[in-house]
Amino acid sequence: MNEFALLVAATLAAGTPLAIAGIGLLVNERAGVLNLGAEGMMLVAAVAGFATGYATGSEVAALAAGALAGAVIAAIYGWLVIWLNTNQYATGLAVSLFGSGFSAFVGLGLVGKKLEETEVAGVPLLRDLPVLGVALFRQHPVVYLAMALTGGVAFFLHRTRSGLVLRAIGESPVSAHALGYPVRRIRLAAVVVGGTLCGVAGAYLSVVYTPLWVEGMVAGRGWIALALTTFATWRPTRLLLGAYLFGGVTMLQLDLQASGVQVAPQFMSMLPYLATVVVLVLISRNPLWIRLNMPASLGKTFFPGS
Amino acid sequence: MTERLPLKHLALAALVVATGLTACSKKAEPAPATVAAPAAPAKPAPLKAAFVYVGPVGDAGYTYAHDLGRKEAAAKLGDKVETTFVEKVAEGPDAERVIRDLATQGNKIIFATSFGFGDSMVKVAKDFPDVHFEHATGFKTSENMRVYEPRIHEVAYFAGIVAGRMTKTNTLGFVGSFPIPEVLRNIDAFTLGAQSVNPKVKTRVVWVGSWFDPPKETEAAQALLNKGADVLLQNTDSTAVLQAAEKAGKYAFGWDSDMSAFAPKAHLGSCVLLWGVYYEKALNDVLDKTWKTGATKWGYREGMTDFIKIPDFVPADAKKKVEEVKAGLKAGTFEIFKAPVVDNTGKVRLRKGEVASDKWLGDVNFYVKGVEGKVPSGK
Amino acid sequence: MIRLEPRATPSMAMSILSPVIALAITAAAGAALFTALGKDPGQALSVFFLEPFNGVRAISELALKSTPLVLIALGLALCYRSNVWNIGAEGQFLMGAIGGGGLALWVTTAEIGMSRWLFFPLVILAGAMAGAAWAGVVALLRDRFNANEILVSLMLVYVANLFLSWLVFGPWKDPQGYNFPQTVSFAANTELPRVIRGMRLHWGTAVALVAAVVMWLFMFRTFTGIQLQVGGPAPAAARYAGFSSRAAIWTTLLVSGGLSGVAGAFEVAGPMGQLTPHVSAGYGFTAIIVAFVGRLHPLGCILGSVVLSMFLIGGELAQSRIGLPSALAGVFQGVLLLSLLACDTLIHYRPRWSRGS
Repeated sequence: MNEFALLVAATLAAGTPLAIAGIGLLVNERAGVLNLGAEGMMLVAAVAGFATGYATGSEVAALAAGALAGAVIAAIYGWLVIWLNTNQYATGLAVSLFGSGFSAFVGLGLVGKKLEETEVAGVPLLRDLPVLGVALFRQHPVVYLAMALTGGVAFFLHRTRSGLVLRAIGESPVSAHALGYPVRRIRLAAVVVGGTLCGVAGAYLSVVYTPLWVEGMVAGRGWIALALTTFATWRPTRLLLGAYLFGGVTMLQLDLQASGVQVAPQFMSMLPYLATVVVLVLISRNPLWIRLNMPASLGKTFFPGS
Repeated sequence: MTERLPLKHLALAALVVATGLTACSKKAEPAPATVAAPAAPAKPAPLKAAFVYVGPVGDAGYTYAHDLGRKEAAAKLGDKVETTFVEKVAEGPDAERVIRDLATQGNKIIFATSFGFGDSMVKVAKDFPDVHFEHATGFKTSENMRVYEPRIHEVAYFAGIVAGRMTKTNTLGFVGSFPIPEVLRNIDAFTLGAQSVNPKVKTRVVWVGSWFDPPKETEAAQALLNKGADVLLQNTDSTAVLQAAEKAGKYAFGWDSDMSAFAPKAHLGSCVLLWGVYYEKALNDVLDKTWKTGATKWGYREGMTDFIKIPDFVPADAKKKVEEVKAGLKAGTFEIFKAPVVDNTGKVRLRKGEVASDKWLGDVNFYVKGVEGKVPSGK
Repeated sequence: MIRLEPRATPSMAMSILSPVIALAITAAAGAALFTALGKDPGQALSVFFLEPFNGVRAISELALKSTPLVLIALGLALCYRSNVWNIGAEGQFLMGAIGGGGLALWVTTAEIGMSRWLFFPLVILAGAMAGAAWAGVVALLRDRFNANEILVSLMLVYVANLFLSWLVFGPWKDPQGYNFPQTVSFAANTELPRVIRGMRLHWGTAVALVAAVVMWLFMFRTFTGIQLQVGGPAPAAARYAGFSSRAAIWTTLLVSGGLSGVAGAFEVAGPMGQLTPHVSAGYGFTAIIVAFVGRLHPLGCILGSVVLSMFLIGGELAQSRIGLPSALAGVFQGVLLLSLLACDTLIHYRPRWSRGS
């Protein structure tokens, strides 16, 4: 039982960066913008967060710096794709390329540096519960932040007027524009929110999860976060569950190996990706369902008055 | 047809911009390289040496250790040598281009530090008979190309001794990269070392399928800790495993370079690679014109590997045991893989009377008794 | 405040000027960076822009490096023009490498005596079929289940990568290779015929150039090609054009997957000579940028590939010549690509100064 509780705990921790970045990307995809630069933004944020943590010794400052770095890169990306109407896929990939080069360059002096240790307190009282305490209540605050964020974004998107506007823009920017909404500004705001959250996720990796900086350390998690938004059919709660599922599959595969069960690591590693394809197929089979969920203008350029 | 024009201009523009800029800067400042130096006729030109790295020098692990070695050798030899490096070279077609270019640039000795550079190096070596080629962890040699490799499993054995003494659960954990002989040797040596002080020890292994993926290394470490392993060793390049152990209040080791600073409570010692010793020798061989082809396998005895920074809280008997084995290796009286070596299915892999030759070591593809599970064969 | 106004017709002048401006921005940014690092900016820029063209061998290496990019980018240009968003060319490339590599492995181990010139078309076929089959999975899932091709193709990259890894760690591993993850070195008769003696440039490059011409003809000189670009998978528009959206999905993905597969097969039978886990240096992803930098035009793809390869090679040269860290080359490339994409905006839009917003 305790082993299972530990597995659950590890799964929550592993799923958290995916969830935070995924929620961010979900917001900007809901507004109709697809950002393939997630990996690059996370890397820049990871290095910014680590540098700040190293300089100040404060985890909060480090996460904030990561958020800010993600927001800045996202703003540049947003300006390019929303105002200059560059292609979202190519620009996103270029941002990824730039981000990995830039973070590696900036981080040259930070390799082999160590952050101050911080104790993870967990939730008072609840942390001492048998089994449940181990499984759920001894996590870093960011883990709970991810859950709160999910609830918050779900509420915002589906229960507030602004959320409705955001979704309307993702659905049809032309009609939203006709109704007098500042489509491009709202899109930019959504992209910046996406970058900010990717930034928090990146900084979480380098400051809390692994804590270290080395170039390329995000190692594809930005791409997984991108896959998650589809996996979740752009619903925050599903995204959170999806992130835990991804984290869980990874942890389970390592867990099985540690138990001495022989698995070809390649096939085990394939599972999350195949699972995404399967889920994609399942949700996409019903045209109505996918249309209800998928932002119709995703990836398309909008130019007011054109 | 209209779309063709601008593209032509793109190329032209590239050239114009580039030549314009170079022309400007050249006018401003005559290139120092072309100016003859009449002042120092007596001094021979420094030996140009180049290093080809697979990772970034900032990986804090494998490539970092090579680069430390390069700097150390360069510092020792002073102005007799001039070293350069190219980092993050992909194994495959890029490597051949990089190595060839370095050879044409007048480098007289070139080190390629990853197994995957071997075939590229073989091809280039054929075309540059007067350049010396050195390939780390490889096995193909020729008239002007040789190989070198550290016996790193020796230090994994040292780590095993300390781990066997420190474990309370009698369970060790190993985070592996790929199931190749080099890594399997380390797992086996680690386990044998631990069993030498604690026969009840068993080792659990998790493969991450990468040399370098810090978050995944963290996750693998976590999985092992969850399964009751309380001392971890890794054959991956980052400090992640050590830091995961620190967080969990368990133990682990540094790998490739000194990682003691990363985990003051968890660190039980660092298995370090000291490439500088070999690099200095190789450069001297070229300087003295005594360079000969061959295969160098150096270990603790030659100073190419070491196990350092055992903390004070490790019991004295374990430290003494490490010192004994170190002395034995130095004197050449101690064998890590001593017959009979039995794998974890009960099969005898090294019979009485046989010695673990380099060939045997290079073919290790099994777990010794005490390691849980089966080697992933991919089949 | 600058506002953009759409132009009635794309600006000729700007399509010439935009890459010049982009290069100037990059060169200026680069010069500033290099100066900040204490390097001579002129020398540094010449390493990036001139050194890769210095001599026959350098040019042949540049062409060799560009070949896979050209092939992949061509297919992607067709996809993107038809509104099919295949971003998983990397996976199709890897499957092509597996197809071509498998063929070469079979010829090698079965010791089949055939000339290089006979093997050449066979390896093209093997690569094309494997790559097209992988892209075909994307097409099938899109066609039958409406599964988003961006994400399916991307996920299949990881699957292909792990599949390759499994092959070279397992069944295809060189039995004499000390258990290292690679196949045997392929027999000499599986090597692509070389263009110049002593250099690595092979006739696959010529195939890539021919493919570019054929693609140009197909895109702009055939009815089907034009229909594809009008319709793509948008059912309504396609119906007007008299072309089925299903056919658009299948055609573009199969062509693109096939070309990526050929690129993979060339890489294995050309400069590699064996199959290892490191067949691709990210060609499939780089080619996406190439396609856009080349404005989704076949000839643009060629130029875009050369520019990208120039930067990749320049990044290596900058390390050995002037000791710049490799990370800097990444920054430099990123700046170039972003400014190229940004400046292309000027072709279709006119910047206007205006007061207020």
